[in-house]
Amino acid sequence: MTDIVLRTENLTASYDEHIVVKNVNLSIPRNSITAIMGPSGCGKTTLIRCFNRMHELSPKAKVEGKVILIEKNHQIEEIDVYSIDPMLVRRKIGMVFQKPNPFPTMSIYENVIAGYILNGIKLKKSEADEIVEETLKKVSLWDEVKDRLHKKGTFLSGGQQQRLCIARALAMKPDIILLDEPTSALDPVATLKIEELLEQLKDTVTIVIVTHNVGQAGRISDYVAFMYLGELIEYGPTDVVFTRPRHEKTEEFLSGKIG
Amino acid sequence: MASRFTRKLALNKDKIFNLVLSFFAVLLIFLGVGFFLSLFNASYLAFKKFGIGFFAGKNWDPVQEEFGALPFIYGTILTSFIALGISFPFSIAISIVLGEYFQKGFFAEILRYLTELIAGVPSVVLGFWGLFFLVPLVREIEIALNVPPYGVGILTASIILAFMILPYSASIGKDAMRLVPNELKEAAYALGATRWEVIKKVMIPYARSGIIAGIILSLGRALGETMAVTMVIGNYHGIPESIFSPGNTIASVIANEFTEATGEVYLSSLMYLGLALFIITTVVNLIGRFILKKLQH
Amino acid sequence: MKSYHFRILKSKIISVFLTLFAILSTVPFLLVLYFIIKNGISVINWEFLTSLPKPVGEPGGGILNAIVGTTILIIIALILAVPFGIFTGVFLAEKGDSKIAFLSRLVVEILQGVPSIVVGIIVYLWIVKPMGHFSALSGGVALGIMMLPVVIKSTEEILKLIPREIKEASLALGVPYYKTILKVVIPAGFSGILTGILAGTARIAGETAPLLFTAFGNPFLNFNILKPISAMPLLIFNYAVSPYEEWWAKAWGASCILVVFVLTLNIITRLISKR
Repeated sequence: MTDIVLRTENLTASYDEHIVVKNVNLSIPRNSITAIMGPSGCGKTTLIRCFNRMHELSPKAKVEGKVILIEKNHQIEEIDVYSIDPMLVRRKIGMVFQKPNPFPTMSIYENVIAGYILNGIKLKKSEADEIVEETLKKVSLWDEVKDRLHKKGTFLSGGQQQRLCIARALAMKPDIILLDEPTSALDPVATLKIEELLEQLKDTVTIVIVTHNVGQAGRISDYVAFMYLGELIEYGPTDVVFTRPRHEKTEEFLSGKIG
Repeated sequence: MASRFTRKLALNKDKIFNLVLSFFAVLLIFLGVGFFLSLFNASYLAFKKFGIGFFAGKNWDPVQEEFGALPFIYGTILTSFIALGISFPFSIAISIVLGEYFQKGFFAEILRYLTELIAGVPSVVLGFWGLFFLVPLVREIEIALNVPPYGVGILTASIILAFMILPYSASIGKDAMRLVPNELKEAAYALGATRWEVIKKVMIPYARSGIIAGIILSLGRALGETMAVTMVIGNYHGIPESIFSPGNTIASVIANEFTEATGEVYLSSLMYLGLALFIITTVVNLIGRFILKKLQH
Repeated sequence: MKSYHFRILKSKIISVFLTLFAILSTVPFLLVLYFIIKNGISVINWEFLTSLPKPVGEPGGGILNAIVGTTILIIIALILAVPFGIFTGVFLAEKGDSKIAFLSRLVVEILQGVPSIVVGIIVYLWIVKPMGHFSALSGGVALGIMMLPVVIKSTEEILKLIPREIKEASLALGVPYYKTILKVVIPAGFSGILTGILAGTARIAGETAPLLFTAFGNPFLNFNILKPISAMPLLIFNYAVSPYEEWWAKAWGASCILVVFVLTLNIITRLISKR
């Protein structure tokens, strides 16, 4: 049996009485890249926003069912995400957004450790330096920015900004990072860089990426889920789903007929 | 599990924070309601004694304790509308020049600054300047026209008011002209219209409600403007016979007499004037803002 | 074809005419500025800024009481209006479609248009009358009320311009909502809020009407906020309507300082908000 890090049980999410995610059961393997694909409006973004409880930020949003996070420290611990404080969940499950969004008032350095600064967690100077260097190296940004760490993050290029945002999420040492179409605002070269980066990162963290780009899902993911009209249509290892889709809709999506 | 405990505390802090935010918003509402209630309460004595007839009374006589507001209402309306009349052609000219001829560039910036900055000059300074520059000038005119040369009076106050309200109507008018879609203008040009014809037949009709909103909002300003008017209007308690005679506005009477008012009825009558001014300016302003808001949607 | 040429000529003539009219409307401002500087600049010297008024007939003397008074009044107004305004602005930006927000916005709009003399009456009723005497505190409250809508509006508007993603990024890091607002959202909108505070200060620095029955004026130096206090615009008013030529000169000097201060604030505000 594969090592599962996150599991949903009959997860249903709605917004203003409209059901956006319907009864989804999904298990995400640890230290892998899972891509969630589907046409726009299929509920893929809402699905991952239920994982870290961002969906409930909209006043008219509702979530039913369970999301279980399985932590493996000394022993295996199953945590029901909806039974603990959302702030705690969001530190365990990081998120990267569609548009790069470094904090405009913070330097590159501060952006990396923003999670600590904003949460009021005191770091020694040496600790902070170490986290910044280590994390920026992980996202292959260190060499590009090491001379201007104290400049504003908003002066970087789009691709660099997005890597900075990935670093910001990684610095909190989460179990999972959720990426919501992280390359849709980037050029092809920057996109390629991010994709390579994700491949390297999966040894340290589980990655869930939402994309409507079939090619991207095929290139980087180990597992792929296909959603359509709020339902999880098909889920399995990427090579299996891409070569022998079991469902007609999946095949249509993969061949570009819908989406 | 210690971390879970501290997180619970954060949730409470969020609740407290939300409460603080709501507290200030609610406090603001109380402030607004309080304005109205306090004024109403303070003017109740005068209201009981004179009723609505207060606004039709021609006499303002503190000695006999007989108070009628008609001369001041007349003075307020007269000065405000004359000021609107004086400023209107300038306001339209600025709206067209900044909204069409010169939308960007050095000249546009300078012109905009120079037309808008007079709104930043304190009212009391404008009044002071009016006393020493405008009053002698008006007096000259009055001598030439063979009317009593007071210098101070309705006309002088209206001219100062016109300067003060011009930036408001001009700035809103300019914005309204800039909102006219390019396609509309181009369609008219394509039909062979000249620039003036486009302005007159396409832009002004399209921007009309914005221009009107600007005029209404500047009227709201003019009705309540106090210091400059008080200094140059002449403080005469009767109904002004012509635009050259001295007069008073609601605001200038309050400014002049409030600290000297002896007797409860006297003070309450001034409060009654204040209540009337508050209600009139609020209604005028809300109408202007309502039109503007409808425009933006 | 002749009529077409005529129409073009007409259009050109009108544009020249309108431009001249627009230029003409800047004349009052330039005249006021010229008058104030011409009459005021020669009055201003060290003694004028640092000494108290002297009785009519005695040479010298200054306006220190008014400078100190206006400074104290502005500080009181800022202490009241800045936190009140920022928190209310945050509320309107964050919970904009609630019923409370609708009513608060209505009050903001009423306050934006309320004649300043009415604010003076209100504060007289709320503070001066219960206390039994005029005071700097009541003057500061009146100015604070005048400033409030400016700070609220500018805070609300700038916060609405801050991308939702910035706020979400902070929440997604597990940062509580209140810290997200205080440490991420408000700093991101800092320049806009500062513009609002400066514009609000410019609005109140020259206000006279709300001070007539609150701060009242004081020929002596006063630092006690429970006692009457002078202010630049009050001093200008009292001196301007006096019959003494030497007081007029003092009023010109004070006007010059006040106008330069207010216009500088206005120009700084415009420069910041343009960026």
